[in-house]
Amino acid sequence: MDLDTRRRVNYAGVLAGPVAWTTLFMFVPYAILLAYSFYSREFPLIVPDFQLGNYLQLFQDQQYFQVFMRTLKIASLVTVGAILLAYPLTYFIVFKIRSPRVRMTIYASVIVPLWVSYLLRSYTWKTILGNQGVLNSFLIWAGILDQPSDLFLYNQFAMVLTLTYIFVPFMVMSIFAALEKIPVSLIEASKDLGVGRIRTFLAVTLPLSVPGILAGAAITFGLTMGDFVAPFLVGGPDGALLATTIQAQFGTALNWPLGAAIAMVMMVIILLIITATDRAERAGRLDLG
Amino acid sequence: MTAATLERNRTVGLSRTRRMPFGSKHASDWTLGIAAAAVVAFLYLPVVVLIIFSFNDNNLTTWPLAGFTWHWYQNAFANKELMIALGNSIYVASIATALCVVLGVPAGIALDRIDFPGKLLFRRLVLLPLVLPGIVTGLAMMIMFTKVLGLSLSLTTVILGHGTALVSVVATQVFARLQRFNRRMEEASADLGARPLQTFWMVTLPNIRSAILGSALLSFTLSFDEIPVTYFLTGRDNTLPMYIYSTLRRGITPEINAIGTVIVLASLVLIVLSIWLLSDRGEKSGK
Amino acid sequence: MTNTVELDRVTKTFPGGITAVDDLSLAVREGEFVTLLGPSGCGKTTTLRMIAGFEEPDRGRVYLDGEDVTDLPPYRRKVNTVFQDYALFPHMSVAQNVGYGLRVAGTPREEIVKRVDEALRLVDLLDKKNVRPSALSGGQKQRVGLARALIRNPKVLLLDEPLSALDVKLRDAMQVELKHLHQKLGITFLLVTHDQKEALILSDRVVVMESGRIVQAGTPAELYDRPATPYVANFIGVSNFIRARVKRVAPNEVEADANGVGILVRTSGAGATAGDEVLLSVRPEKAQLLVNGAAPAGANRIPGRIVDHLFQGNLVRLGVDIGQKQPFLVDIQLNLGLGDSSLPRPGTTVTLAVHPSAISLFPDRGGR
Repeated sequence: MDLDTRRRVNYAGVLAGPVAWTTLFMFVPYAILLAYSFYSREFPLIVPDFQLGNYLQLFQDQQYFQVFMRTLKIASLVTVGAILLAYPLTYFIVFKIRSPRVRMTIYASVIVPLWVSYLLRSYTWKTILGNQGVLNSFLIWAGILDQPSDLFLYNQFAMVLTLTYIFVPFMVMSIFAALEKIPVSLIEASKDLGVGRIRTFLAVTLPLSVPGILAGAAITFGLTMGDFVAPFLVGGPDGALLATTIQAQFGTALNWPLGAAIAMVMMVIILLIITATDRAERAGRLDLG
Repeated sequence: MTAATLERNRTVGLSRTRRMPFGSKHASDWTLGIAAAAVVAFLYLPVVVLIIFSFNDNNLTTWPLAGFTWHWYQNAFANKELMIALGNSIYVASIATALCVVLGVPAGIALDRIDFPGKLLFRRLVLLPLVLPGIVTGLAMMIMFTKVLGLSLSLTTVILGHGTALVSVVATQVFARLQRFNRRMEEASADLGARPLQTFWMVTLPNIRSAILGSALLSFTLSFDEIPVTYFLTGRDNTLPMYIYSTLRRGITPEINAIGTVIVLASLVLIVLSIWLLSDRGEKSGK
Repeated sequence: MTNTVELDRVTKTFPGGITAVDDLSLAVREGEFVTLLGPSGCGKTTTLRMIAGFEEPDRGRVYLDGEDVTDLPPYRRKVNTVFQDYALFPHMSVAQNVGYGLRVAGTPREEIVKRVDEALRLVDLLDKKNVRPSALSGGQKQRVGLARALIRNPKVLLLDEPLSALDVKLRDAMQVELKHLHQKLGITFLLVTHDQKEALILSDRVVVMESGRIVQAGTPAELYDRPATPYVANFIGVSNFIRARVKRVAPNEVEADANGVGILVRTSGAGATAGDEVLLSVRPEKAQLLVNGAAPAGANRIPGRIVDHLFQGNLVRLGVDIGQKQPFLVDIQLNLGLGDSSLPRPGTTVTLAVHPSAISLFPDRGGR
């Protein structure tokens, strides 16, 4: 066996499993989902078809449009909120902590909750913000309120708060990766040339950290768009998001094609955002030496 | 400003930073520090609340605290359904993790060094479950299983779903570690007479071992907590998060705080361990 | 007698259209110490890797001991490599690293132990047997790499810029060690380096490469005294280049004119015609500095003025303006009788004496 054939056999062995799996359990299901979005529903059956009715319904029906807008709004708020909270924290960790060990410890303690039960972390906000929850009872105990307030829970505020909370560690991780790559010598050089600290930040640090922000923001936005747990736990009557609607189509409404269509729309939007930020990130990628 | 003045300013600044722990010379640095601390407090508030109230002798999560009790823990562990769900979760997570490793390691290797037709598509597909909301992946797989393959939903379908969703965790970590791996070592191994399989076993694998272990632990933890994909693929048997999810529909019971605390603490341990393994301790990268 | 290594018209192109090695043929005899010398990108490393088996030539064949190994993978060839960045296995001890080649061959345990000890004794690292590579210095790591490669008794030892990561003093010491090792073992060494001093010190034969081709191959002395092209003259050691025009051609000498100064060059006049633009190259130590008059018989006399004085410790390099673009460099060895202070200062008018046989003549292809 010559070098080439031998190499090809080796490669085939390594690739066989993952490629087969990816095809069967990723490519095919997504393709089926796409196909389903074109099916029509003749209650109670679902009929294979190729029609755009589901998509038309999405774009024409006012309630879907509302839900869509609401989802975009929540996703945007969460993304911005997460960035605003994560950035100062990350900046502090990267640039203001001198000892690498302390820095890593603090960073780890911020990141670790990321993988701890999403459900539980969201659920605790329910216990905190509720009528008889920690926040209300604490405010009453402290004399700030006479009565428990309804304002904290079962509304969009609660959803945004919960989701922001979930995604802050994620943004920290993303921004950290970007900030860490910035050689301190660049910042020192800027200050050495007489540029003030704020302007150095705006002119040097911030632009160089944008790829990290974009990457984290894209994923935060996408995952928030597709979340149905937060609306379920802390959302109110006006809290139906895109994912909740999809859930309903596969639940009681029994309109699978419509649900598939909504899911496809969501998927396309998220993929577009990811591709766009990917490209922007690559375009702005500078050789930091 | 002359070069001398600049030099002097810089040295003065430096010596001052050496004295303070944060290297801060300005009030704004302290403000930043306080803001950072506030965010960290915010991040840990719910976890602290969860733990505290799991021991609180009160049906409701109100302040001020009532007495200390093990009551909720006892309830939780006596709850048969909950325990079964816990067992199911462990079962699912174990097999799903094994699946992830068996598929993820070759996937990571393939991404690192093999150029094959469709590689770009493969790479995108593998990463997709990480960036797409779980609902999309869960839905797609559910339709395929029930309508196309005619299977009924069960723990097995859940396992398949988790395996698919989490394989990229292992693949990306293995890939990342391989990227840092000094390719010369494999050449040296071949140069010294080792055939490719020998090289993989004796040289490559030991150096990516901690990446495999770390990502396996991470996959386990994530599988344990998985909701969106599981939601659509669960049959009669519940995993723990599905059980909690359905319980929450009916209202909060403090037992959830108890079992939640156990899960959170166990997860923390596993994750810290996994991060430690995944962070490539310098000397192992082969220089 | 078959050559130990033979490359027959080997070509290697990389994606992107870069031809790293271009129709190269090379023969190495048993026991020789051959160095491939050239700047980065000249193809020397690629050539070495093709002999080791890490790269496949697009065209041409590779022979080891007369056997065509072009299609053989590295683990089937009787050659071993010492890498530039050592490539030691970090998860194994020194002894395990060194014994690795024997382990994969299935050698019995006791024999491995014995031979590992031998190899470590050869490179003087027996006391570091059970240490991890991370605890070693650069030089020590390099010696482990050597032991690891030599333990398998290869026909050829390939060394890929093995000393370039070491600092100067250590590098000098290791060069001597390598030379001793070669003399002791008697096997063929094939070294790749961009350090011409290293090439001169270590090699029986030096092969100078540029852009994937061999420019000149010969003993260090041949290369130094009779460089084939200005490139070689400039790459090896230091050369002064004088632009001149040929005035007269004879069978054994050429007379050229450089800014009105007549210079005689002892060389075969073949290929040169009167009126040609040429480059004359002279080594700094081959020119003599005359302050008042007496030149050796038959030497060329070139007038000039000292413009640079560079004290280098054991010698002084003077720059003399002789009407060319660059000053002519003259190296004057200092000794007990001749100190820095006794040399003429910049500004002094001097004459340079250069013997006709100390000059190399090259056609001037412009823009050297």
